[in-house]
Amino acid sequence: MNRVPGSSDVSSVDVIVIGAGPAGAEAAIGAAEGGLAVTLLDEQGASGGQVWRAPVGGYPGKRDPEAAAGAALRARLQASAVRAAFGHRVWSVVRDDSPDGLTPGFRVDAVGPHGNLSLRAPALVLATGAHERVVPFPGWTLPGVVGLAAATVLLKSHGLAPGRRVVVAGCGPLLLAVAAGLVKAGVEVPAVADLSRRFDWLARMPAVLGRPALAARGAGWCARAALSGARMLSGHGVRRAEGPEGVERVVLGPVDAQGRALSGPEIAFEADALVVGHGLTTACEVTRMLRATHRFSRLYGGWIPEVDEHFETTVPGLFAIGDGAGIRGQQIASLAGRRVGLELWARAGHADVGGRRGSDFESVDRQLARARPFSDAMSGLMAQRAGQVADIAPDTVVCRCEDVTRAEIDTAIDQSAGSIDQLKHFTRCGMGPCQGRYCGDTVQELMALRLQEPREAVGQWTGRPPLRPVSLGELVGEFNYDDIPIPKPAPL
Amino acid sequence: MSRAFDLVVVGGGIHGCTAALFAARGGLSVALIERGALCREASGVNAGTLTMQMTRVALIPYALRAHAMWADAPNWLGHDVGVVVCDGLSLAFTEHEEALLADRAGKRREAGAPIELITADQAKQVEPGLGPGVRLAGYCKVDGFANAYLTGVAFRKALLEAGVTLMERTEASGIDPLGGGYAVKTTTGAVRGRKLLIAGGVWIEPMLGWLGVRLPIKVLVNQLVVTERQRPVMRTVLGIASGLLSLKQYPHGTTVIGGGWQGEGDRDRGGVALLPDRLIGNVRLACHAIPALAEARIARAWAGLEAETADALPAVGPIPGHPDAYVCGSVHSGYTSGLYIARLLADRILDREPELPLFPIDRLLAVTETA
Repeated sequence: MNRVPGSSDVSSVDVIVIGAGPAGAEAAIGAAEGGLAVTLLDEQGASGGQVWRAPVGGYPGKRDPEAAAGAALRARLQASAVRAAFGHRVWSVVRDDSPDGLTPGFRVDAVGPHGNLSLRAPALVLATGAHERVVPFPGWTLPGVVGLAAATVLLKSHGLAPGRRVVVAGCGPLLLAVAAGLVKAGVEVPAVADLSRRFDWLARMPAVLGRPALAARGAGWCARAALSGARMLSGHGVRRAEGPEGVERVVLGPVDAQGRALSGPEIAFEADALVVGHGLTTACEVTRMLRATHRFSRLYGGWIPEVDEHFETTVPGLFAIGDGAGIRGQQIASLAGRRVGLELWARAGHADVGGRRGSDFESVDRQLARARPFSDAMSGLMAQRAGQVADIAPDTVVCRCEDVTRAEIDTAIDQSAGSIDQLKHFTRCGMGPCQGRYCGDTVQELMALRLQEPREAVGQWTGRPPLRPVSLGELVGEFNYDDIPIPKPAPL
Repeated sequence: MSRAFDLVVVGGGIHGCTAALFAARGGLSVALIERGALCREASGVNAGTLTMQMTRVALIPYALRAHAMWADAPNWLGHDVGVVVCDGLSLAFTEHEEALLADRAGKRREAGAPIELITADQAKQVEPGLGPGVRLAGYCKVDGFANAYLTGVAFRKALLEAGVTLMERTEASGIDPLGGGYAVKTTTGAVRGRKLLIAGGVWIEPMLGWLGVRLPIKVLVNQLVVTERQRPVMRTVLGIASGLLSLKQYPHGTTVIGGGWQGEGDRDRGGVALLPDRLIGNVRLACHAIPALAEARIARAWAGLEAETADALPAVGPIPGHPDAYVCGSVHSGYTSGLYIARLLADRILDREPELPLFPIDRLLAVTETA
């Protein structure tokens, strides 16, 4: 084959799926069952995503329902015709429509163990998951402060705990799961602080009662943590983490329903680690970069791409499922994946409407409708609390990559950094290697508060490649100078 | 009806801002209209290179004076734009590039740029971070870079201090010639001025169209890359003979890689997409020049629009057929020279004789319909 010097080899497939969690893997398996050529990319070494994360490095893993579900998914994927490219970090996605503009197309580039991989397909499924939200407080950048989701990675994949005496704080279902996981791993948990006002939320919500197995597990986590002697503090948040070089003390205090500090006694705990998380935000970088239409949903984790009943975004051929399209949890993610798999299969011309496939569509849609109340109840617990953001102290660092404090952000806004992109130029906020993933949600909220505008008016940072920081060395690979396709010289 | 200004400037990039600043300091009442925020387009997102070795020969005298202005920004602008004056190298890796470099450096030298040709060994002494394969280098002490994203912050303060009426987030949608002046139509009403300056970057083509003047402007979509912070790996501003690479490491450790590799986009949509093959090509060139860059990760890539006239020389001067109306734009490698050229135009607007000639647009007009 004759190659144009310096240009990449681009393989064509029918479907590219980014993200091998419950949503992406399910979509890939479904499309492949329909005879489509599917490539599934994920930066992790195995499928399962965050919720069904695979153990690594010889760690046998835990025996719980998540571990079993993850193993089952991995076995099904293994048995399918899906071409899985694990350990691949997608850094570029561009539209690559047919020259006449009639057929949509996408080109996806990923850096993997063997260099850059370039793929092209008429359909792209995004199942990119979520980022953890940590609303800043004094001491949140100290060594020993770990995210709730990060702690679950340590526990599930490596069987490791972040400390010996660990305070757990934040909100959402992960809070109790992590607390119980730490206790089970033999870690001392002196306190568990939930921003929510009542600890027994799991038992009280009618939506939760629709999922008795999960309600029972939640109650079990709660009981395990409480029985171990942990102080269970509902309606409490972290006031500050203290220590000269790492966490030594965590101070908790009461908060209102919006997460704002209430006057009331502060309670201090000696600890060598603090596990803290305030819900999840959508990882919607790809839809942002491709300029799909988004809307702001506080309930579903922030900015979410608009999708139709087939989970297709406003960009034809581009599908968004799982937590990356709105924080709705595993059950909805799996169902959405199945739904997209069926849809791709039908579009390939295999539709047997009214027959088996037709009933499959109906069945999935019915299950999706049934799953929504529970999912919404969980999402509500994890939504960003405006009062908590409003409470951030002026000298607290908000952008940890570039060390930008709240006061610097407020000052820049007052000096007319009136757009979220201009704020970057004024402060370098969001310009570090996390690419604004950590601070974006908080900074946008701060700007909305300061300007007294809705979040929709503040908007979000322009999406730019790379989707993840990618090393120049990996990207350039081995090359000859003569192979670089240097354009013709600029005029003299 | 709104008040009338002596001068209304449409466009808040470095051209519009500099002209507005010097016009205001010269005693005119000035309004500056900008669709977004100051220096958020080409003036704020370019690579910040201040170099003689990528400047067109005809612009060298201007670029030298502009370089001095950049270096002295804290004094006349009053605010820091992160200018670093440092050695500059233009590299040749092939026989063809060697010939190109010798020819181009010679012509720039004749125009006044203090460029000398040095061997690979000498280049390695100037820039210890260089990789192998250099055959010849152009060496210039009058080079450097600014932190382009700080330009808007600095100008905003200076313009306010000079008493300029700043109208940011105000989009101009047309211009009506009045008897003895102009009314610029905006989203918040008309802004009247005795004199008018159009300084809208790639958008000067549609803006001049409001006056019935057709000046074709080509839109370049330049891709740029910045790395995360890294240990010091270079101390110069680097390019190659063909001009298709610009490279410098900022004091805080990030390195900006540019050179005008083209992405996808246009005047209406901005920079829409960065093309992966070209991004890789650009980055390969950078790693070939400075191998230690391979240790860093790319933090971000973006695209900025650059305006180019048919002869790739500036469009700076009076607008034919429209008394007291001026245009300033399309200054090739405009970030280096733009300050000085816009200041020359401010002199002209203030009825002073500019120190060097402007670049009147009569030569470029496809069709002129005088009002």
